[in-house]
Amino acid sequence: MELFTNQVLAGIATGAIYACMALAVVMIYQAIDHLNFAQGEMAMFSTFISWQLMQWGVPYWAAFVITLAFSFVAGIAIERILFKPLAKAPILTNVAGFIALFAIINSSAGLIWDFTIKQYPTPFGSAPFLGSQLISTHQAGMVGVTVLLLLGLYFFFQYTRIGLAMRAAASVPESARLVGINTSWMIALGWGMATAIGSIAGMLIAPVVFLEPNMMGGVLIYGFAAAVLGGLTSPFGAVVGGFLVGIFENLAGTYIPGVGNELKLPIALALIISVLVVKPAGLFGRHIVKRV
Amino acid sequence: MTMLLIYGLAVLALNILTGGSGQFSLGQSAFYAVGAYTTAVLMEQFNVNYALTLPIAGVVCFAFGFLFGQPALRLSGVYLALATFALATAMPQLLKLNFLEHWTGGVQGLVVTKPDAPFGLPMSQDMWLYYFTLVVTLAIYIFSVNLLRSRSGRAFMAIRDNEIAASAMGVDVALYKTLAFGVSAAITGIAGSLGAIAVQFVAPDSYTITLAISLFLGMVVGGVGWLPGSIVGAAFIIFVPNIAEGISKGLSGAVFGVLLFLVIYLVPHGARQVAILGQQLAGKLRKS
Repeated sequence: MELFTNQVLAGIATGAIYACMALAVVMIYQAIDHLNFAQGEMAMFSTFISWQLMQWGVPYWAAFVITLAFSFVAGIAIERILFKPLAKAPILTNVAGFIALFAIINSSAGLIWDFTIKQYPTPFGSAPFLGSQLISTHQAGMVGVTVLLLLGLYFFFQYTRIGLAMRAAASVPESARLVGINTSWMIALGWGMATAIGSIAGMLIAPVVFLEPNMMGGVLIYGFAAAVLGGLTSPFGAVVGGFLVGIFENLAGTYIPGVGNELKLPIALALIISVLVVKPAGLFGRHIVKRV
Repeated sequence: MTMLLIYGLAVLALNILTGGSGQFSLGQSAFYAVGAYTTAVLMEQFNVNYALTLPIAGVVCFAFGFLFGQPALRLSGVYLALATFALATAMPQLLKLNFLEHWTGGVQGLVVTKPDAPFGLPMSQDMWLYYFTLVVTLAIYIFSVNLLRSRSGRAFMAIRDNEIAASAMGVDVALYKTLAFGVSAAITGIAGSLGAIAVQFVAPDSYTITLAISLFLGMVVGGVGWLPGSIVGAAFIIFVPNIAEGISKGLSGAVFGVLLFLVIYLVPHGARQVAILGQQLAGKLRKS
């Protein structure tokens, strides 16, 4: 039983990473209706920026805020410069664009900061949390930040004018334009916010997985999986999905013989697919009815 | 050149699936791997003639794709992308499994012997392989063109354009969707087995998600749903990374990305757009 609780706790801790990433994925999906394959790389780049700032002697929280602002602006800039011209192109072309962006960011980060693994500081310390060996204060802090972020987003989307406008622009762009919403800027804003959330995720994950240009590869896959599991239309679902994937991955690794670390990912994905076969829109997603 | 044709085939297969029936797949590398391994195992462990392994690989992959198409039926769009993506990430791990190691050679993979030219033809092995691949590719290309023009092909396109309307017209949506998966998997599998013979080596790590992604890029660059574009796309995914490497070693990824961006800016619909523009230009010239 103790092993079980420990594994669940460890799962929650890794799940927090996935939840953070899934939240960023869902944000951008809400804004532009596509999955952004370059999301992880964007987060990685932001994390490197904050690391660089700290190397120059900027204190952690100042670097944190500067990086957030930078990511927000960079997200908007990427949308304006690179993806706005593609807005009318077929979806698959857009996906190719994401892959291109992925390659560009990954290799330029490699060139600027090279591929050696770097330590990244944590603001929460790494002492055991409440006497448990498996969850450190950092991981607990990560869970806390994720929950705070989720609450903040919830209030933003439910109770502010601009949040409402963003939701309208994403779900029915034509009608939104008719009532006077600048949908094109709403999309840019969505990119900015998603990039900023991604950078928070990156800065929280970096102390755990260490900082290097390929750090996001695995995390992003789990983030996608979590987002899809929870339903791409629901930020809340994404967070729940993140924790579920984390817990399940740990339990499968411990209890199913022969799984080990190698097969963890395929097993987690297989589970998600079986969930999707039963509930095609994810656990908390809305069903979209298509008109003929 | 042989690899160009082989990748062309694999892109063609994806084109039938995505361009034809509108289903999106990131799992093509898995089918490619199954084809390659079928050939390698048959040739090396059971001494089957290389030409015979191609149809066998095709049949095996068809069955595999058809079965995979069953659960995929309920998924669409990004969800399907994730499911196929899972298949692609799982495949290298599955090939490494211990109880298959006796046949697959585990992590080490298998070495495949290159076949000699038959009937004492005065050709080198590479030349013979090239012609052999060329013939197979042409045969499959003609088959695919005809397939898309046939009743089944029209059913694929009806499903792509509007699933509900297609089923109202009496198209068996479930059957044709899985059929598209099966055909696409079979062609990819044949490409995979040709690839195994050409490279003379199969190993789990040659068939990762990267392969599936480059096949996907090839399709987009060539033009979705336009079969001749498959070769153009294959040329792009084979040559452009090399060019990028030539321009700058450290930044090869970035150069590749920028080139890719340029292509999709200039021709968002891929090589197809260039062809259509060319035709229109030719038409205008003829009139004037």
